[in-house]
This record gives sequence, C-alpha cells and structure tokens, in this order.
Amino acid sequence: MHTTYSHKAQLKVLKTPDATIVFKSSGNWTNNALVDANMILDQFCRTHHNVTIHWDMSNVENIDSAGVMLFINYYDLLKLNHCNIKVIGAKSEHEKMYRLLRKYTSKDTRKPADFYSVFLKPLDSIGKSSVAFILDITSFLAFVGENFVHLLYSLLHPRSIRFGAIVKNIEEAGLRAIPIVALTSFLIGVVIAYQGAVQLEKFGANIFIVDMIGISITRELSPLITAIVVAGRTGSSYTAQLGVMKLTEEIDAMRTMGFEPHRFLVLPRILALMISLPLLIFFADIIGIAAGMLISHLHLHISFTEFIHRLQSVLDIKHVWIGICKGPFFAWLIAAIGCYRGFQVSKSTESIGRYTTISVVNAIFLVIACDALFSVLLTELGI
Amino acid sequence: MSNTVIEVSDIVTRFGTNIVHDGANLSVRQGEIYGLLGGSGSGKTTLLKQMIMLLHPQSGEISVLGQKLSTISRTDSAILRRNWGVLFQSGALYSSLTVAENVGIKLREYTDLPLKLIQDIVRMKINMVGLPETAAELYPAELSGGMVKRAALARALVMDPALLFLDEPTSGLDPVGAEAFDNLILELREILDLTVVMVTHDLDSIWSIVDRFAVLGEKKVIAEGTLNEIIENPQPIVRQFFGGIRGRIRSQNGK
Repeated sequence: MHTTYSHKAQLKVLKTPDATIVFKSSGNWTNNALVDANMILDQFCRTHHNVTIHWDMSNVENIDSAGVMLFINYYDLLKLNHCNIKVIGAKSEHEKMYRLLRKYTSKDTRKPADFYSVFLKPLDSIGKSSVAFILDITSFLAFVGENFVHLLYSLLHPRSIRFGAIVKNIEEAGLRAIPIVALTSFLIGVVIAYQGAVQLEKFGANIFIVDMIGISITRELSPLITAIVVAGRTGSSYTAQLGVMKLTEEIDAMRTMGFEPHRFLVLPRILALMISLPLLIFFADIIGIAAGMLISHLHLHISFTEFIHRLQSVLDIKHVWIGICKGPFFAWLIAAIGCYRGFQVSKSTESIGRYTTISVVNAIFLVIACDALFSVLLTELGI
Repeated sequence: MSNTVIEVSDIVTRFGTNIVHDGANLSVRQGEIYGLLGGSGSGKTTLLKQMIMLLHPQSGEISVLGQKLSTISRTDSAILRRNWGVLFQSGALYSSLTVAENVGIKLREYTDLPLKLIQDIVRMKINMVGLPETAAELYPAELSGGMVKRAALARALVMDPALLFLDEPTSGLDPVGAEAFDNLILELREILDLTVVMVTHDLDSIWSIVDRFAVLGEKKVIAEGTLNEIIENPQPIVRQFFGGIRGRIRSQNGK
C-alpha cells in the first residue's frame, strides 16, 4: 500500500484466512481528502464479486456528506455485485449522519442519450429555430401594430404625448451623441478623401474629389455611419433600460397604474430618435465634408474657396435631402427594435445581455438592408 | 458547546455621513442558531455582509472561526470562504447555470472528486432541501420563489460548511413554506452540526428555531440573549418589537 498523508481518507484492503476481506478505513473522509480512497474502492469493485467484506470504520476521524455519499455509493455497488458486507466499529455520530443522509439519496434516474435523439438533434434544433424565427417576426409585427395604435391615439389626443420624455430622450440620444458622431464622420471623410485622392491624382482629375466627397458623404455614408453609431449607442441602451425595468417589475407596476408602457416609454423614445437622427446626419454631413476639404487641401492642394465653389455647383440639394430623409426611417428601425427587444427580456439577468446584443445586431442589419432598398428604389425612380 | 464562533466588537460603519453602526458588539456560539433582528435600516444585513467580508467596517474587529477579518491573509480568507455557506435574500443563483450546476459549483472548483460522486452529492443535497429531482436540470429563471430559496440553500450547504449565513431566509415564502424552511434548517443543523446566523423579521422563526438573538437599534446591539431574556428587556425598541399585536399573539401561544 502506498503511503498517504495521515489526514487523508485511507482504505486498506486486507485478506484474512477465512476468505473474508477487511476494509480498514481511517483518516478524514471529507470532501477534499477522498481521492485515494475513491480510487482504491473503484479498483476493488471492478475485480471482486461474491465476497464477504467487513468494513471497519472505527478509525475514521471525521466524515462529511461527501464521505458518506462515497460510502453509500460503494456500499450499494458492492451489494449489487452480490457481496456480503458488514460495517463494523462505526462511531455513533457517523452512523447517525449516515442514517439521516441515507434517506435523501436516490436512484440515478438519468437516461443516457439514445441513438435516435443524437441523430435527430440537428434537425430538431433547425426546426425549433425556424419556428422561433417566425414567432419572433409575428410578435415584432404585433409590437409594431400596438405601437401604431398608441401613435394614432396620441395624434388624436395631442395632450397625451409625453413631450418632457421626448425632450429628455433627444438630449440623451441626440445631443450626447454629437462628439462620437463628429469623430466618426470626420474619420470617414478623411478615409474617402485619401482613397479618392490617390486614384484621381493618376488622371490629373484632382477637382473631381469634390463631387466624390460631396455626393458620397451626404447621400450614403453619413446616414449609414451615423445610424450604425446610433444603433450601437442608443439602440442598446433602450434595450438595456427597458429590460431592467421589465426585470424589476417596473413595467408591470406602470401597467397596473394605467400608465401604458407604449405611451410612456416606447413612443417618446421612437419619436425622440426620429427627430434626432436626421439632425445628427446633417451634422455628420458638415463634418465629413469639412474633413474631405481639409485632406483635399493638404494632399491635392485644392484651396478651401475652390472646394466650396465647386461643391456649390456639383452637389445638388436633393442628395442632402435624400440622406437626411433616410434618418427617420433608420431611427424608427433602431428605436423600435431596441424597445421591442427590451420588452422581451425575461426573468434572468443573463437575458439582458443576450437581448441587447440581438437588438444591436438586428438594428444594424436592418439599417443596411433598408439603405440598400432606398438605393434600388431611388435609382429605379431616377432620383 | 459554548465556543465562540463569531465575535463582533465595537463595529463602526458609516456610509458617507450616515452612521449605521456605532459600537456594535455581539458573539455567536458554536452550534446555535443566532438571529439578527431590527427594524428596516438598522444595519442587520450590513452587519451580516461584514461578517462574510463583503463589506468592511470603518473600525472595530470581527473574528470568524478564530480569524480576525481586518488582518486576514489571502489564503486564510480563501479557506474561510470554503468553510461557510451563504444564502442571499434573493437566492443569487447564477442564472446561466442549472440548479444542479449551481449547487455543485463549489465542489467542482475546490475538490478533485470524480464527477459522478459530485453529481450524487448534488442530488442528495437537492433532496435534502426538499426540491423535486426534476428541478435539478432547470434554470433559476424557471423556478418559483420558494424553490429558488431551497436551491440556494442546497448550494450553501454543499461543502458541509461549519457556518451558515442566512439573509431573511423565510421572506417571500408563504407561512407553510416558511415553517417547512424553518424545520429544514433545524434538521440540517442536526445532520451537519451547523452554526447558523440569520437575519430575520419573521416572529415565528424567532419563536420556533432561533436559540439566541441580537436586536439592533440606535446604531448598537441593544439586546442580546435568549428569547426569554430579551422579552423581559425594558428597552422601548424591544418592547415595540414584541409588544405589537403580532408579537403578543405569538407570545400567548408560547414556544
């Protein structure tokens, strides 16, 4: 027998002349000292059947429920193997603990996974997620419908509109987003100007940088980039805010007081974002073009006056309007998804994180999809 | 049975300008169920959190199982944390794990027991706290309030702790559930030789299971002792506590 520390649970297997086997157990049978005893017992059970065992517990110092559980496990296993076991010398308090714990053990009822369930699992999960997807879309449509009803009601009863909440949300989603939108659109302007400058310089068509920057920034890039920044910033915060309110039952409390969450929470957020996003896009247009102007000056030596003069003649006002008009559509998508996902948060804290992620991913995807739709439509219409 | 397990001496706690404790003293003895009582805001839960090293008092000393908490080393505090179980008021089960995983997490992290044995121990503890076996594979969000408390108790008990801290164990349970929970704690003390410290408002618990308790008020421990000792205490706060209708009805019925 190998040596172990005296305080660890030990088990010595001794053979007596009359063919009975004696287990001499000693040490602490507690949860952090059971590994050796477990190994010895495991080995013994694999190789012995139909034997008589005297299990001597008299030298066990301490035992806890892990130790008792180990004992119970092997006691039952040896019985199953037709062994005849007699426990001798157990201390009375250990025996009492055994008797109390014994009534709480139960048969292992878990079934191993059968072949078909393993084989069908992928199909099963595909089916489940398809159904979940369809249910998700229907419940989003229901949300949109409910929201629309409340919007109509608000329009018919303008006094019920929560102007205070709208202004507060504009400050949160619009005003406070200005620094990050400015920085992002400045960098986008720089990138476009640099990339364009390198190409245009080859043809000596330097001045066309103005057309490129003016149209691409105002019509496509600044609406898209601003919407993505806002989706990440405001969409996620809407989901998290409403999610926490749902978790702490604030929303239920509002309902019981007759404060419709749609009127008090959702509509102000959606309207606030639909007002702020176009303004942010206009702001991003200015910063983006200014960045392009700076780079054109540094890199292609086009003076500011020249740039602005050219801009006035090539940039039709319609491009700016198209860009800005996309704003409310994108804003509606972002805010509606953000609020909808917030309401989906259920009991656990983990679901806040999950739905916030889903909300941002959905919002960014839908914004890009919506932008693509605009591009196709407007081109077909010849605008 | 009179070894002191927890000794709280001259605790001072301040949150900003708000003084919560100003010289609170108490001691918990081996093997007893000790109650912390007091009105809302009297600092019961704060004191409990200081005992389990979640908060630190501005001055004063707390010693738990012979370790002084103000000067405890990292290793000693790790050992201490293994030797106690804590049941939070709202259960605080990890929401991303199933009940069985929640209960078994300390065994998995701190011992080298084989997985099979851990699962058996977990199942035994789940039976012990009176949860149905089907609850083992559920997530905390799918449990009722009473089941969350039981699962959290199973988690607190899984390492056979010497000390069990309970923060309002029966709040939010119906009277039947609360009584069953009280009996459960009594039975578990019997099996596992526990010392229990509990924060409670429940007069029934105080009558039926608490051995000794402390009443907190006026930033101090204003009374400490067994029920019979405290009920004779002339302090107005104590009188208020036991002199109300609920207290009188309860004391007429006796223990």
